Amino acid sequence: MPGWEWLTHAKYTGIFILRVLLKAAMLFVIINLLFALTNPIPALGTVSIYNLLAPGRLRLPYGESESSYNLSLYDLNAMFASHTLNGRRNSDEATVLVVGDSSVWGTLLENADTLASCLDQRGLSMDGRPARFYNVGYPTLSVTKDLLLLDRAMAYQPDMILWLVTLESMPRSEQLATPLVQNNASAMRNLIAAYGLDLDVGDLRFVDPDFIGRTMVGQRRALADWWRLQLYAFPWAQTGIDQVIGEYTPRSNDFDENISWYGFTEAGQLDDSALVFDVLDAGMIRAGDVPVMMVNEPIFIADGANSDLHYNFWYPRWAYDRYRQLISNHAGTQGWNYLDLWDAVPSSEFTDSPVHLTPEGTQVLCDQIAMVLEG
Amino acid sequence: MDLVQIAVMLAAAALYVTILPVCWRGWALMIGSATAIYWLQPSLAIRWLDYALPTATLALAILGWYFTLPSGVKPKLADAAACGIVVLIILVLSLARHIEFPLQLTTRPPPLETIVIALVVLSGLGLLFRRFLPPKALLWAGLFGMIALFIVVKTPVLAQEAAHLLRLNAGQDVSLAAGSELGWLGFSYVAFRLIQTIRDRQSGILPELTLSEYLTFILFAPAFAAGPIARAENFVDSYRALPSLNGRDAQRLTIGLSRIASGMFKKFVIADSLAVFSLSHTLAEQAQTTGSLWVMLYAYGLRLYFDFSGYTDIAIGLGILFGILLPENFDRPYLKNNIAAFWQSWHKSLSDWVRFYVYSPLSRAMLRRKPKPSNYVIIFISTAATMVIIGLWHEVALPFLIWGLWHAGGLFVHKVWSDKTRTWYRHLTPGRKRVWTVAGVLITLQFVMLGWVWFAMPSLNQALAVFAGLFGVNIGGVP
Repeated sequence: MPGWEWLTHAKYTGIFILRVLLKAAMLFVIINLLFALTNPIPALGTVSIYNLLAPGRLRLPYGESESSYNLSLYDLNAMFASHTLNGRRNSDEATVLVVGDSSVWGTLLENADTLASCLDQRGLSMDGRPARFYNVGYPTLSVTKDLLLLDRAMAYQPDMILWLVTLESMPRSEQLATPLVQNNASAMRNLIAAYGLDLDVGDLRFVDPDFIGRTMVGQRRALADWWRLQLYAFPWAQTGIDQVIGEYTPRSNDFDENISWYGFTEAGQLDDSALVFDVLDAGMIRAGDVPVMMVNEPIFIADGANSDLHYNFWYPRWAYDRYRQLISNHAGTQGWNYLDLWDAVPSSEFTDSPVHLTPEGTQVLCDQIAMVLEG
Repeated sequence: MDLVQIAVMLAAAALYVTILPVCWRGWALMIGSATAIYWLQPSLAIRWLDYALPTATLALAILGWYFTLPSGVKPKLADAAACGIVVLIILVLSLARHIEFPLQLTTRPPPLETIVIALVVLSGLGLLFRRFLPPKALLWAGLFGMIALFIVVKTPVLAQEAAHLLRLNAGQDVSLAAGSELGWLGFSYVAFRLIQTIRDRQSGILPELTLSEYLTFILFAPAFAAGPIARAENFVDSYRALPSLNGRDAQRLTIGLSRIASGMFKKFVIADSLAVFSLSHTLAEQAQTTGSLWVMLYAYGLRLYFDFSGYTDIAIGLGILFGILLPENFDRPYLKNNIAAFWQSWHKSLSDWVRFYVYSPLSRAMLRRKPKPSNYVIIFISTAATMVIIGLWHEVALPFLIWGLWHAGGLFVHKVWSDKTRTWYRHLTPGRKRVWTVAGVLITLQFVMLGWVWFAMPSLNQALAVFAGLFGVNIGGVP
């Protein structure tokens, strides 16, 4: 038959195909078994081309838009391996971690405009060493998530920690709602046990993969995420973009008359047990000798309809006032270095949420913190 | 082709080689391919168009066969049967309007009466042309008709105008008409295959083909969307040998499956990974340094190769499983040490096609002219025409024209250089020849990569901005 001669050069037989299929099936089973037994994902996470072929990211990976060259993943090792914190070279500088929610991460802010960058640009020093600020904020509202990240970031032996919190990160019922916490069930359970946190280790939202879920097939999402994170190193290096900042809907200024907050309706109902001060305490213990400055971050203060009842979309006035009182008391009792900057930023400098700041608003906050740090 | 489409074709190939009686193989390929073009066609915004375009492909293919039938040869019973089957496919798929098929091959087609009227009109026109036009005039009419249609589909302004008319006809908002709405899957390849058969009939080298053979050649599903472009005589050799083919031959299965696996790795792992940071309009604007642009450009060039050659591997592998030998399209093009060798190894089936149907006839025609132009003039004009056609084949737009001229210039300079240095090169020591070979590979690679800037950027200004940016000059838009 014309044209097919080249097919006859090699000698492949039916037995050959069967052998190949059999070997492939065996390899498939063995690799998946080994994968399930050894769980190589955390070890793989430490392998990164960031800080090697590409510069480290200035904030933790987060985002689902391809055009932001960024993604959300749950592998803490991979997240930190991609961070510039992992690529520190200068041992003479003081490392300051800035921990918090989306306002610290910098939603709607360029990397150069985040709080960490702003503080970094101030040329502050600590114990005679230049201070370098690292943004380890993550855009979900849960101080338990902050504890998880802080626990992991302590491996980098920081010299100081700035921890920005707000009431919305504090309700006990919402602590395990963030996917980052749910998908790091083992680490989170260890923290709950180690610090005796009043959180349910058996919470059904924790993701506990079964045996199949631990195989390579079951972990294909985690593998793909790790690979995508490495690929995004190139556009990150080429463009410096990790977030698409476009049009947004401004935070609300007018509210209804409903003043309930997570089922509570008056200050008397809101006490220490409803808010996770135990998690903040755990963070302080985890920090050990490393000084921590706890900052109550600025919030938007509305002046529209029913603003006499609400500070903003999140906070009825009674709830937020009560929270400030509770956290201030707790900080005093525990001897924390606590800074309440709740009204430090003018209302005009908030973007799409009660805590997201404009670059100018961030500068104002940065000024306040820098002043305290310098003082 | 996406992973699902490849999986379905693999399943079809498995059924084809295991349970299909050998005498039905040719018919199965024709019916499968005629049906698959509806399934492969992506949905389009203009009403009925994703049904109408595959139907138009079928109509063009049947007319192409009818017009290229040697004069004096009458369609046979098998041809009538093939035509009937195709009409049946068209009509059955039109029932998707009324019946929910478990496997949706096409979105809502037009009403049956519209389809029947269109088929009757097309058949009538075909019969009239064939009956009243002399054979030569018929072929020329077919050729120019295909070229005209190709220009309309490939020219953004004309395509937009066509979309405008189609929207008007469908009663849709004409202000939304865009050239990109005419997303006619596989048309570039179908058009070139049809033109090829018409030219081959004109020159008398086209073998006599049954309608079933002709349709399978034009529409063969694995090669429908992105080639390669086979020659009819080679394709039909495979096709006619199908009954004697041992479908369960381990040799064939191994090579076919290996080829598909290799193609899938190239396309879905390497090319798709490179796509994340390969040159695009958006990334070029976001690039912060000149070095970034170079990385993007090389990523783009490599992605193009792995994507296209991966697709070709899949098509060839599927072809092998179905018993059809498709031509090779790539032969390590980025490792060639001159631009002529690059074009003999990059999209070979298209380059061969254009060389056969444009370069050779044009240079022969100029050689016959009196006074005969100088050899270099002939070479330059023929090369330029060839490369410009390859460029415009992608889209009739200025960047593609310049891309064609870019390569024409490269080929011409290489020709002059190799003519002038042939004797000198022969006397080089083997060691120096190796150095020149390596230098040639690097220069060719760099030249080809720079050429991709014209290819990747949607407008001339953007291409110029990237070009300037690559050399550290900021003329706006990129660093």
